[in-house]
Amino acid sequence: MGPQETGKGIINLDYGAAAPLDPDVVAAMLPYLTEHYGNPSSGHSLAEEPRRALAEARQAVAGLIGAPPERLVFAASGSEANNLAIKGVAARTPGGHIVTSAIEHYSVLNPIRTLQKLGYEATFLPVDQQGRVDPATLADAIRPDTILVSIAAANPEIGTIQDLAALAGVAARRKVPFHTDGVAAAGWIPLAVREMGIGLCSVAGDQFYGPKGTGALYVAPGIPLAPLVEGGIQERGLRAGTENVPALVGMGAAARKAAADRSGRAARVAGIRDALREALFAGIPYLHLNGHPTDRLPHNLHVSVEFVEGEALFMHLDMAGILVSSGSSCASQALKSSQVLAGIGVGPELAQGSLQFTLGRDSDPGDVPRVAEELRRIAALLRQMSPLYRDYLRKGGSDATIQ
Amino acid sequence: MPQYNEKVLAHFTQPRNVGEIEDPDGVGEVGNPVCGDMMKFTIRVREGILEDVRFLTFGCGAAIAVSSMVSEMAKGKTLEEALAISNRDVAGELGGLPGNKMHCSNLGADALHRAIWDYQVRQGILDPSEVPPEAGHDHGEEPAACGSGEEEGPEREGSAGDG
Repeated sequence: MGPQETGKGIINLDYGAAAPLDPDVVAAMLPYLTEHYGNPSSGHSLAEEPRRALAEARQAVAGLIGAPPERLVFAASGSEANNLAIKGVAARTPGGHIVTSAIEHYSVLNPIRTLQKLGYEATFLPVDQQGRVDPATLADAIRPDTILVSIAAANPEIGTIQDLAALAGVAARRKVPFHTDGVAAAGWIPLAVREMGIGLCSVAGDQFYGPKGTGALYVAPGIPLAPLVEGGIQERGLRAGTENVPALVGMGAAARKAAADRSGRAARVAGIRDALREALFAGIPYLHLNGHPTDRLPHNLHVSVEFVEGEALFMHLDMAGILVSSGSSCASQALKSSQVLAGIGVGPELAQGSLQFTLGRDSDPGDVPRVAEELRRIAALLRQMSPLYRDYLRKGGSDATIQ
Repeated sequence: MPQYNEKVLAHFTQPRNVGEIEDPDGVGEVGNPVCGDMMKFTIRVREGILEDVRFLTFGCGAAIAVSSMVSEMAKGKTLEEALAISNRDVAGELGGLPGNKMHCSNLGADALHRAIWDYQVRQGILDPSEVPPEAGHDHGEEPAACGSGEEEGPEREGSAGDG
Protein backbone atom coordinates (compact mmCIF):
# COMPACT_ATOMS: atom_id res chain seq x y z
CA MET A 1 0.00 0.00 0.00
CA GLY A 2 1.48 3.33 -1.00
CA PRO A 3 1.31 6.54 1.00
CA GLN A 4 -1.53 7.74 -1.22
CA GLU A 5 -3.71 4.87 -0.07
CA THR A 6 -2.80 5.20 3.58
CA GLY A 7 -3.48 8.91 3.54
CA LYS A 8 -0.20 9.54 5.30
CA GLY A 9 2.29 12.01 3.92
CA ILE A 10 5.69 11.25 2.50
CA ILE A 11 8.54 11.40 5.00
CA ASN A 12 11.70 12.35 3.17
CA LEU A 13 14.82 11.14 4.96
CA ASP A 14 16.99 11.33 1.88
CA TYR A 15 17.65 15.07 1.73
CA GLY A 16 21.30 14.33 0.91
CA ALA A 17 20.11 13.30 -2.54
CA ALA A 18 17.88 16.30 -3.08
CA ALA A 19 16.37 19.05 -0.97
CA PRO A 20 13.72 21.55 -1.97
CA LEU A 21 14.88 25.04 -2.81
CA ASP A 22 14.34 27.63 -0.14
CA PRO A 23 11.55 29.95 -1.39
CA ASP A 24 13.83 32.95 -0.75
CA VAL A 25 16.41 31.30 -3.00
CA VAL A 26 13.86 30.90 -5.78
CA ALA A 27 12.84 34.54 -5.39
CA ALA A 28 16.47 35.67 -5.55
CA MET A 29 17.07 33.66 -8.73
CA LEU A 30 14.02 34.67 -10.75
CA PRO A 31 15.14 38.13 -11.96
CA TYR A 32 18.32 36.57 -13.39
CA LEU A 33 16.28 34.10 -15.41
CA THR A 34 14.26 36.92 -16.93
CA GLU A 35 15.00 40.62 -16.68
CA HIS A 36 18.71 40.45 -15.82
CA TYR A 37 19.70 37.89 -18.40
CA GLY A 38 22.93 39.61 -19.42
CA ASN A 39 26.32 37.97 -19.66
CA PRO A 40 28.50 39.17 -16.77
CA SER A 41 31.53 39.24 -19.09
CA SER A 42 29.95 41.70 -21.55
CA GLY A 43 31.25 45.23 -21.66
CA HIS A 44 27.88 46.95 -21.92
CA SER A 45 25.32 47.97 -19.36
CA LEU A 46 23.27 44.76 -19.57
CA ALA A 47 26.19 43.01 -17.88
CA GLU A 48 26.22 45.27 -14.84
CA GLU A 49 23.46 43.73 -12.77
CA PRO A 50 24.42 40.08 -13.43
CA ARG A 51 28.05 40.97 -12.68
CA ARG A 52 27.10 42.65 -9.43
CA ALA A 53 24.88 39.73 -8.42
CA LEU A 54 27.59 37.21 -9.23
CA ALA A 55 30.07 39.11 -7.06
CA GLU A 56 27.54 39.17 -4.24
CA ALA A 57 26.97 35.42 -4.59
CA ARG A 58 30.71 34.82 -4.55
CA GLN A 59 31.00 36.81 -1.35
CA ALA A 60 28.18 34.84 0.30
CA VAL A 61 29.54 31.42 -0.64
CA ALA A 62 33.05 32.44 0.42
CA GLY A 63 31.61 33.67 3.70
CA LEU A 64 30.16 30.26 4.44
CA ILE A 65 33.64 28.70 4.50
CA GLY A 66 35.66 31.65 5.77
CA ALA A 67 37.31 32.32 2.44
CA PRO A 68 38.14 35.59 0.69
CA PRO A 69 35.67 35.85 -2.23
CA GLU A 70 38.33 36.48 -4.87
CA ARG A 71 39.77 33.02 -4.20
CA LEU A 72 36.54 31.22 -5.12
CA VAL A 73 36.03 29.47 -8.48
CA PHE A 74 32.42 28.69 -9.33
CA ALA A 75 31.67 25.29 -10.86
CA ALA A 76 28.62 23.26 -11.83
CA SER A 77 28.73 20.74 -8.97
CA GLY A 78 30.70 19.58 -5.98
CA SER A 79 31.97 16.75 -8.16
CA GLU A 80 33.36 19.23 -10.66
CA ALA A 81 35.02 21.22 -7.89
CA ASN A 82 36.68 18.02 -6.61
CA ASN A 83 37.85 17.13 -10.11
CA LEU A 84 39.20 20.64 -10.62
CA ALA A 85 41.14 20.51 -7.37
CA ILE A 86 42.73 17.13 -8.04
CA LYS A 87 43.31 17.18 -11.78
CA GLY A 88 44.07 20.90 -11.66
CA VAL A 89 46.90 20.51 -9.14
CA ALA A 90 48.15 17.36 -10.88
CA ALA A 91 48.33 19.11 -14.25
CA ARG A 92 50.65 21.72 -12.80
CA THR A 93 52.86 19.21 -10.97
CA PRO A 94 53.25 16.24 -13.32
CA GLY A 95 53.96 12.75 -12.10
CA GLY A 96 53.71 13.27 -8.36
CA HIS A 97 52.16 11.38 -5.49
CA ILE A 98 48.68 12.02 -4.07
CA VAL A 99 47.43 11.02 -0.63
CA THR A 100 43.74 10.47 0.01
CA SER A 101 41.58 8.20 2.17
CA ALA A 102 39.87 4.94 1.33
CA ILE A 103 36.41 6.38 2.00
CA GLU A 104 36.38 9.44 -0.22
CA HIS A 105 33.53 10.26 -2.57
CA TYR A 106 33.84 8.85 -6.09
CA SER A 107 34.45 12.35 -7.45
CA VAL A 108 37.72 12.27 -5.50
CA LEU A 109 38.62 8.58 -5.86
CA ASN A 110 37.95 8.28 -9.58
CA PRO A 111 40.03 11.29 -10.70
CA ILE A 112 42.89 9.93 -8.59
CA ARG A 113 42.51 6.48 -10.17
CA THR A 114 42.60 8.13 -13.58
CA LEU A 115 45.79 9.96 -12.63
CA GLN A 116 47.31 6.66 -11.50
CA LYS A 117 46.78 5.34 -15.03
CA LEU A 118 48.68 8.38 -16.29
CA GLY A 119 51.69 7.61 -14.11
CA TYR A 120 50.86 9.44 -10.89
CA GLU A 121 51.12 7.51 -7.67
CA ALA A 122 48.51 7.45 -4.92
CA THR A 123 48.14 6.31 -1.34
CA PHE A 124 44.65 5.51 -0.07
CA LEU A 125 44.88 5.92 3.70
CA PRO A 126 42.98 3.47 5.87
CA VAL A 127 40.47 4.87 8.33
CA ASP A 128 39.45 3.58 11.74
CA GLN A 129 36.14 1.85 12.42
CA GLN A 130 34.42 5.19 12.89
CA GLY A 131 35.80 6.52 9.64
CA ARG A 132 38.51 8.83 11.00
CA VAL A 133 41.88 9.38 9.35
CA ASP A 134 44.70 9.37 11.91
CA PRO A 135 46.91 12.46 11.44
CA ALA A 136 49.97 10.32 12.28
CA THR A 137 49.08 7.93 9.43
CA LEU A 138 48.83 10.90 7.12
CA ALA A 139 52.23 12.20 8.26
CA ASP A 140 53.78 8.82 7.50
CA ALA A 141 52.23 8.68 4.05
CA ILE A 142 53.49 12.05 2.83
CA ARG A 143 56.61 11.70 0.66
CA PRO A 144 59.00 14.24 -0.84
CA ASP A 145 57.14 13.91 -4.16
CA THR A 146 53.64 14.27 -2.66
CA ILE A 147 51.78 16.98 -4.58
CA LEU A 148 48.38 16.88 -2.87
CA VAL A 149 46.48 15.54 0.12
CA SER A 150 42.71 15.20 -0.31
CA ILE A 151 40.50 14.27 2.65
CA ALA A 152 36.82 15.14 2.99
CA ALA A 153 35.72 17.34 5.87
CA ALA A 154 32.84 14.95 6.55
CA ASN A 155 31.77 11.76 4.88
CA PRO A 156 28.45 12.14 3.02
CA GLU A 157 27.50 8.52 3.62
CA ILE A 158 28.35 7.67 7.24
CA GLY A 159 28.54 11.28 8.40
CA THR A 160 31.87 11.05 10.20
CA ILE A 161 33.60 14.41 10.67
CA GLN A 162 37.41 14.51 10.37
CA ASP A 163 39.77 16.44 12.60
CA LEU A 164 40.38 18.75 9.68
CA ALA A 165 42.61 21.27 11.44
CA ALA A 166 44.97 18.48 12.56
CA LEU A 167 45.08 16.86 9.11
CA ALA A 168 45.57 20.18 7.31
CA GLY A 169 48.28 21.02 9.85
CA VAL A 170 50.20 17.86 8.99
CA ALA A 171 50.08 18.72 5.28
CA ALA A 172 51.07 22.34 5.95
CA ARG A 173 54.14 21.29 7.95
CA ARG A 174 55.26 19.26 4.94
CA LYS A 175 54.33 22.11 2.58
CA VAL A 176 51.87 19.94 0.63
CA PRO A 177 48.60 21.48 -0.60
CA PHE A 178 45.63 20.18 1.35
CA HIS A 179 42.29 19.75 -0.40
CA THR A 180 39.10 19.00 1.45
CA ASP A 181 35.84 17.86 -0.12
CA GLY A 182 33.54 20.05 1.93
CA VAL A 183 30.41 19.19 -0.03
CA ALA A 184 28.63 17.26 2.72
CA ALA A 185 29.92 19.54 5.48
CA ALA A 186 29.34 23.07 4.17
CA GLY A 187 26.30 24.67 5.73
CA TRP A 188 26.16 22.06 8.50
CA ILE A 189 29.43 22.29 10.41
CA PRO A 190 31.84 25.22 10.72
CA LEU A 191 34.43 25.36 7.95
CA ALA A 192 37.08 28.06 8.22
CA VAL A 193 39.49 27.39 5.40
CA ARG A 194 41.97 30.13 6.24
CA GLU A 195 42.12 29.42 9.96
CA MET A 196 42.44 25.69 9.34
CA GLY A 197 45.18 26.08 6.75
CA ILE A 198 43.16 24.46 3.98
CA GLY A 199 44.50 25.01 0.47
CA LEU A 200 41.51 23.87 -1.55
CA CYS A 201 37.90 23.32 -0.50
CA SER A 202 34.97 22.09 -2.61
CA VAL A 203 31.34 22.91 -1.84
CA ALA A 204 27.98 22.33 -3.56
CA GLY A 205 24.94 24.58 -3.34
CA ASP A 206 22.36 21.81 -3.34
CA GLN A 207 23.60 20.55 0.03
CA PHE A 208 22.43 23.75 1.75
CA TYR A 209 19.13 24.43 -0.04
CA GLY A 210 20.61 26.05 -3.13
CA PRO A 211 20.01 24.78 -6.65
CA LYS A 212 21.44 21.57 -8.09
CA GLY A 213 24.21 22.14 -10.59
CA THR A 214 26.10 24.64 -8.44
CA GLY A 215 29.48 24.21 -6.85
CA ALA A 216 32.58 26.15 -5.96
CA LEU A 217 36.24 25.55 -5.23
CA TYR A 218 38.26 27.70 -2.86
CA VAL A 219 41.86 28.00 -4.02
CA ALA A 220 44.36 29.51 -1.58
CA PRO A 221 47.06 31.81 -2.93
CA GLY A 222 50.12 29.95 -4.11
CA ILE A 223 48.33 26.69 -4.97
CA PRO A 224 49.25 25.69 -8.52
CA LEU A 225 46.06 24.95 -10.44
CA ALA A 226 45.26 24.39 -14.11
CA PRO A 227 41.69 24.65 -15.45
CA LEU A 228 39.69 21.61 -16.54
CA VAL A 229 37.62 23.65 -18.96
CA GLU A 230 39.62 26.03 -21.12
CA GLY A 231 38.32 28.86 -23.20
CA GLY A 232 37.58 32.36 -21.98
CA ILE A 233 38.94 33.96 -18.85
CA GLN A 234 35.87 33.57 -16.67
CA GLU A 235 36.61 32.60 -13.07
CA ARG A 236 40.14 34.03 -13.34
CA GLY A 237 40.88 31.64 -16.18
CA LEU A 238 40.27 28.62 -13.96
CA ARG A 239 36.92 27.70 -15.48
CA ALA A 240 35.93 28.87 -18.92
CA GLY A 241 32.32 29.27 -19.94
CA THR A 242 29.63 31.82 -19.18
CA GLU A 243 28.67 31.58 -15.54
CA ASN A 244 25.22 30.19 -14.74
CA VAL A 245 24.20 33.44 -13.11
CA PRO A 246 20.68 32.54 -11.85
CA ALA A 247 21.87 29.26 -10.31
CA LEU A 248 24.91 30.86 -8.70
CA VAL A 249 22.79 33.73 -7.37
CA GLY A 250 20.62 31.01 -5.83
CA MET A 251 23.66 29.32 -4.35
CA GLY A 252 24.72 32.65 -2.87
CA ALA A 253 21.31 33.31 -1.36
CA ALA A 254 21.28 29.80 0.13
CA ALA A 255 24.80 30.26 1.50
CA ARG A 256 23.85 33.54 3.16
CA LYS A 257 20.92 31.88 4.95
CA ALA A 258 22.97 28.82 5.85
CA ALA A 259 25.72 30.98 7.34
CA ALA A 260 23.26 33.05 9.36
CA ASP A 261 21.35 30.07 10.71
CA ARG A 262 23.91 27.25 10.62
CA SER A 263 24.25 26.44 14.30
CA GLY A 264 20.52 26.73 15.04
CA ARG A 265 19.62 24.62 12.02
CA ALA A 266 22.25 22.01 12.89
CA ALA A 267 21.20 21.76 16.53
CA ARG A 268 17.52 21.38 15.69
CA VAL A 269 18.09 18.71 13.05
CA ALA A 270 20.59 16.86 15.27
CA GLY A 271 17.92 16.71 17.96
CA ILE A 272 15.50 14.97 15.60
CA ARG A 273 18.28 12.71 14.33
CA ASP A 274 19.15 11.69 17.89
CA ALA A 275 15.50 10.95 18.66
CA LEU A 276 15.27 8.83 15.52
CA ARG A 277 18.42 6.96 16.43
CA GLU A 278 17.12 6.27 19.92
CA ALA A 279 13.74 5.09 18.63
CA LEU A 280 15.28 2.79 16.03
CA PHE A 281 17.66 1.18 18.50
CA ALA A 282 14.91 0.79 21.09
CA GLY A 283 12.66 -1.07 18.65
CA ILE A 284 14.98 -3.09 16.43
CA PRO A 285 17.41 -5.72 17.71
CA TYR A 286 20.59 -6.50 15.77
CA LEU A 287 20.84 -2.95 14.50
CA HIS A 288 24.31 -1.45 14.08
CA LEU A 289 25.37 2.20 13.92
CA ASN A 290 27.88 3.05 11.20
CA GLY A 291 30.17 6.05 11.48
CA HIS A 292 31.26 8.03 14.50
CA PRO A 293 28.90 7.95 17.51
CA THR A 294 29.22 11.68 18.19
CA ASP A 295 31.49 13.44 15.66
CA ARG A 296 29.09 13.14 12.79
CA LEU A 297 27.11 15.46 10.54
CA PRO A 298 24.05 16.70 12.43
CA HIS A 299 21.65 15.52 9.73
CA ASN A 300 23.14 12.07 9.15
CA LEU A 301 22.20 8.68 10.59
CA HIS A 302 23.58 5.47 9.12
CA VAL A 303 22.70 1.99 10.32
CA SER A 304 22.94 -1.63 9.24
CA VAL A 305 19.98 -3.93 9.79
CA GLU A 306 21.54 -7.34 10.30
CA PHE A 307 20.31 -10.39 8.32
CA VAL A 308 18.47 -8.41 5.64
CA GLU A 309 19.28 -6.57 2.45
CA GLY A 310 19.06 -2.80 1.99
CA GLU A 311 17.16 -2.52 -1.26
CA ALA A 312 14.37 -4.70 0.09
CA LEU A 313 14.30 -2.51 3.20
CA PHE A 314 14.14 0.75 1.33
CA MET A 315 11.54 -0.52 -1.14
CA HIS A 316 9.25 -1.48 1.73
CA LEU A 317 9.96 1.86 3.39
CA ASP A 318 9.22 3.68 0.12
CA MET A 319 5.85 1.87 -0.09
CA ALA A 320 5.18 3.06 3.45
CA GLY A 321 5.95 6.61 2.35
CA ILE A 322 9.41 6.81 3.92
CA LEU A 323 12.32 7.74 1.67
CA VAL A 324 15.86 6.70 2.55
CA SER A 325 18.91 5.39 0.67
CA SER A 326 21.03 2.28 0.99
CA GLY A 327 24.65 1.33 0.46
CA SER A 328 23.73 -2.20 -0.57
CA SER A 329 25.17 -3.39 -3.87
CA CYS A 330 21.71 -4.17 -5.20
CA ALA A 331 20.59 -0.65 -4.50
CA SER A 332 23.40 0.80 -6.57
CA GLN A 333 23.14 0.94 -10.33
CA ALA A 334 26.64 -0.52 -10.57
CA LEU A 335 25.73 -3.41 -8.21
CA LYS A 336 28.77 -2.73 -6.04
CA SER A 337 28.49 -2.15 -2.36
CA SER A 338 29.76 0.97 -0.68
CA GLN A 339 33.53 1.55 -0.57
CA VAL A 340 32.92 3.62 2.56
CA LEU A 341 31.43 0.73 4.55
CA ALA A 342 34.21 -1.58 3.37
CA GLY A 343 36.71 1.10 4.41
CA ILE A 344 35.43 1.20 8.00
CA GLY A 345 35.51 -2.59 8.18
CA VAL A 346 31.78 -3.28 7.90
CA GLY A 347 31.51 -6.83 6.50
CA PRO A 348 29.69 -7.48 3.23
CA GLU A 349 26.62 -8.90 4.93
CA LEU A 350 26.11 -5.86 7.16
CA ALA A 351 26.98 -3.52 4.30
CA GLN A 352 24.15 -5.08 2.29
CA GLY A 353 21.71 -4.22 5.07
CA SER A 354 22.72 -0.58 5.37
CA LEU A 355 20.35 2.36 5.41
CA GLN A 356 21.26 6.01 5.24
CA PHE A 357 19.00 8.71 6.67
CA THR A 358 19.73 12.32 5.75
CA LEU A 359 17.42 14.67 7.58
CA GLY A 360 16.64 18.18 6.51
CA ARG A 361 15.71 21.44 8.14
CA ASP A 362 12.04 20.66 7.39
CA SER A 363 12.20 17.28 9.12
CA ASP A 364 9.44 16.84 11.68
CA PRO A 365 10.18 15.32 15.10
CA GLY A 366 6.58 14.08 15.06
CA ASP A 367 7.49 11.63 12.26
CA VAL A 368 10.04 9.75 14.37
CA PRO A 369 7.61 7.19 15.90
CA ARG A 370 6.12 6.29 12.51
CA VAL A 371 9.56 5.78 10.93
CA ALA A 372 10.73 3.64 13.85
CA GLU A 373 7.57 1.53 13.82
CA GLU A 374 7.63 0.97 10.04
CA LEU A 375 11.28 -0.02 10.04
CA ARG A 376 10.71 -2.36 12.98
CA ARG A 377 7.82 -4.02 11.13
CA ILE A 378 9.75 -4.28 7.84
CA ALA A 379 12.93 -5.62 9.45
CA ALA A 380 10.91 -8.34 11.20
CA LEU A 381 9.10 -9.20 7.96
CA LEU A 382 12.30 -9.57 5.96
CA ARG A 383 14.09 -11.42 8.73
CA GLN A 384 11.31 -14.00 8.70
CA MET A 385 12.32 -14.91 5.17
CA SER A 386 16.08 -14.52 5.63
CA PRO A 387 18.17 -17.71 5.54
CA LEU A 388 20.86 -15.84 7.46
CA TYR A 389 18.46 -15.06 10.29
CA ARG A 390 17.15 -18.64 10.40
CA ASP A 391 20.74 -19.91 10.58
CA TYR A 392 21.45 -17.51 13.40
CA LEU A 393 18.43 -18.76 15.35
CA ARG A 394 19.41 -22.37 14.69
CA LYS A 395 22.84 -21.68 16.15
CA GLY A 396 21.21 -20.48 19.35
CA GLY A 397 20.68 -16.78 18.68
CA SER A 398 17.68 -15.28 20.33
CA ASP A 399 14.66 -14.26 18.33
CA ALA A 400 14.05 -10.73 19.37
CA THR A 401 12.18 -9.58 16.30
CA ILE A 402 8.88 -11.35 16.50
CA GLN A 403 6.25 -9.69 18.53
CA MET B 1 12.26 2.74 -6.27
CA PRO B 2 13.98 0.55 -8.84
CA GLN B 3 12.15 0.04 -12.11
CA TYR B 4 10.14 -3.03 -11.19
CA ASN B 5 6.82 -3.86 -12.81
CA GLU B 6 3.56 -4.46 -10.92
CA LYS B 7 3.93 -8.24 -10.97
CA VAL B 8 7.43 -8.14 -9.50
CA LEU B 9 6.24 -5.71 -6.83
CA ALA B 10 3.27 -7.97 -6.04
CA HIS B 11 5.55 -10.98 -5.48
CA PHE B 12 7.97 -8.81 -3.50
CA THR B 13 5.31 -7.48 -1.14
CA GLN B 14 3.28 -10.71 -0.91
CA PRO B 15 5.77 -13.51 -1.49
CA ARG B 16 4.31 -17.01 -1.85
CA ASN B 17 5.71 -20.12 -0.15
CA VAL B 18 8.06 -18.41 2.30
CA GLY B 19 9.61 -20.75 4.84
CA GLU B 20 11.47 -23.96 5.30
CA ILE B 21 10.11 -27.51 5.09
CA GLU B 22 10.93 -29.59 8.13
CA ASP B 23 12.92 -32.71 7.23
CA PRO B 24 12.90 -31.78 3.53
CA ASP B 25 13.58 -34.26 0.77
CA GLY B 26 16.02 -31.84 -0.84
CA VAL B 27 17.79 -28.56 -0.05
CA GLY B 28 19.32 -26.12 -2.54
CA GLU B 29 21.27 -22.97 -1.76
CA VAL B 30 22.79 -20.39 -4.10
CA GLY B 31 24.39 -16.97 -3.84
CA ASN B 32 26.11 -15.31 -0.95
CA PRO B 33 25.73 -12.14 1.10
CA VAL B 34 28.70 -10.47 -0.63
CA CYS B 35 26.66 -10.25 -3.80
CA GLY B 36 23.60 -9.29 -1.83
CA ASP B 37 21.49 -12.27 -2.79
CA MET B 38 21.23 -15.66 -1.18
CA MET B 39 18.43 -18.20 -1.67
CA LYS B 40 17.62 -21.44 0.08
CA PHE B 41 14.97 -23.76 -1.32
CA THR B 42 13.58 -26.82 0.46
CA ILE B 43 11.37 -29.35 -1.36
CA ARG B 44 9.00 -32.21 -0.56
CA VAL B 45 8.76 -34.86 -3.28
CA ARG B 46 5.91 -37.38 -3.59
CA GLU B 47 5.88 -39.89 -6.48
CA GLY B 48 8.11 -37.73 -8.64
CA ILE B 49 6.04 -34.61 -8.05
CA LEU B 50 7.08 -31.47 -6.17
CA GLU B 51 4.39 -31.58 -3.54
CA ASP B 52 5.79 -28.59 -1.64
CA VAL B 53 8.41 -25.92 -2.36
CA ARG B 54 9.49 -23.34 0.21
CA PHE B 55 12.12 -20.64 0.08
CA LEU B 56 14.14 -18.32 2.29
CA THR B 57 15.82 -15.37 0.61
CA PHE B 58 18.27 -12.71 1.71
CA GLY B 59 18.23 -10.21 -1.08
CA CYS B 60 16.84 -7.30 -2.97
CA GLY B 61 13.34 -6.84 -4.34
CA ALA B 62 14.11 -8.82 -7.48
CA ALA B 63 15.60 -11.73 -5.54
CA ILE B 64 12.53 -12.04 -3.33
CA ALA B 65 10.11 -11.79 -6.26
CA VAL B 66 12.11 -14.35 -8.26
CA SER B 67 12.13 -16.82 -5.36
CA SER B 68 8.41 -16.45 -4.90
CA MET B 69 7.72 -16.92 -8.62
CA VAL B 70 9.95 -19.99 -8.88
CA SER B 71 8.23 -21.63 -5.95
CA GLU B 72 4.87 -21.01 -7.55
CA MET B 73 5.96 -22.28 -10.95
CA ALA B 74 7.55 -25.45 -9.54
CA LYS B 75 4.86 -26.57 -7.13
CA GLY B 76 2.91 -29.57 -8.49
CA LYS B 77 5.34 -30.14 -11.35
CA THR B 78 7.33 -33.31 -12.00
CA LEU B 79 11.05 -33.14 -11.25
CA GLU B 80 11.79 -33.18 -14.98
CA GLU B 81 9.41 -30.28 -15.61
CA ALA B 82 10.89 -28.34 -12.71
CA LEU B 83 14.44 -28.95 -13.92
CA ALA B 84 13.41 -27.49 -17.27
CA ILE B 85 12.47 -24.14 -15.69
CA SER B 86 15.23 -21.64 -16.52
CA ASN B 87 16.09 -18.33 -14.88
CA ARG B 88 14.99 -16.71 -18.14
CA ASP B 89 11.58 -18.42 -17.87
CA VAL B 90 11.19 -17.02 -14.36
CA ALA B 91 12.04 -13.49 -15.48
CA GLY B 92 9.59 -13.92 -18.35
CA GLU B 93 6.85 -15.13 -16.03
CA LEU B 94 7.48 -12.03 -13.89
CA GLY B 95 7.01 -9.83 -16.96
CA GLY B 96 10.69 -8.90 -17.09
CA LEU B 97 13.34 -7.65 -14.69
CA PRO B 98 15.59 -4.57 -14.90
CA GLY B 99 18.70 -5.39 -16.93
CA ASN B 100 21.12 -5.03 -14.05
CA LYS B 101 19.11 -7.52 -11.98
CA MET B 102 18.99 -10.29 -14.60
CA HIS B 103 22.20 -11.96 -13.48
CA CYS B 104 22.73 -11.00 -9.89
CA SER B 105 19.28 -11.61 -8.49
CA ASN B 106 17.76 -14.04 -10.93
CA LEU B 107 19.05 -17.24 -9.33
CA GLY B 108 15.80 -18.83 -8.22
CA ALA B 109 15.74 -21.60 -10.81
CA ASP B 110 19.34 -22.45 -9.91
CA ALA B 111 18.39 -22.82 -6.24
CA LEU B 112 15.40 -25.00 -7.17
CA HIS B 113 17.55 -27.21 -9.41
CA ARG B 114 20.10 -27.66 -6.64
CA ALA B 115 17.33 -28.78 -4.28
CA ILE B 116 16.15 -31.32 -6.85
CA TRP B 117 19.70 -32.59 -7.46
CA ASP B 118 20.15 -32.87 -3.70
CA TYR B 119 17.01 -35.02 -3.59
CA GLN B 120 18.28 -37.13 -6.49
CA VAL B 121 21.66 -37.62 -4.80
CA ARG B 122 19.92 -38.65 -1.58
CA GLN B 123 17.83 -41.13 -3.57
CA GLY B 124 20.88 -42.54 -5.34
CA ILE B 125 19.51 -41.39 -8.71
CA LEU B 126 22.39 -38.95 -9.20
CA ASP B 127 26.05 -39.35 -8.31
CA PRO B 128 27.37 -36.34 -6.26
CA SER B 129 30.10 -35.87 -8.87
CA GLU B 130 27.42 -35.23 -11.48
CA VAL B 131 26.04 -32.18 -9.65
CA PRO B 132 27.27 -29.12 -11.54
CA PRO B 133 29.32 -26.61 -9.54
CA GLU B 134 27.64 -23.34 -8.77
CA ALA B 135 28.28 -20.85 -11.55
CA GLY B 136 28.80 -17.15 -11.34
CA HIS B 137 29.29 -16.78 -7.63
CA ASP B 138 32.52 -17.50 -5.89
CA HIS B 139 32.06 -17.91 -2.19
CA GLY B 140 34.52 -16.22 0.09
CA GLU B 141 36.27 -13.67 -2.04
CA GLU B 142 34.41 -10.71 -3.37
CA PRO B 143 33.74 -11.16 -7.07
CA ALA B 144 34.73 -8.37 -9.41
CA ALA B 145 31.06 -8.00 -10.16
CA CYS B 146 28.17 -10.08 -8.92
CA GLY B 147 26.46 -11.83 -11.77
CA SER B 148 27.55 -13.83 -14.76
CA GLY B 149 30.05 -11.37 -16.14
CA GLU B 150 28.02 -10.70 -19.25
CA GLU B 151 27.79 -7.15 -18.04
CA GLU B 152 30.97 -6.22 -16.25
CA GLY B 153 30.16 -4.25 -13.13
CA PRO B 154 31.21 -0.73 -13.94
CA GLU B 155 34.49 0.05 -12.29
CA ARG B 156 33.22 3.50 -11.56
CA GLU B 157 30.22 4.53 -9.70
CA GLY B 158 28.84 7.84 -8.77
CA SER B 159 26.78 7.71 -5.66
CA ALA B 160 24.00 10.15 -6.20
CA GLY B 161 23.29 12.79 -3.74
CA ASP B 162 26.38 14.70 -2.90
CA GLY B 163 27.90 15.81 -6.12
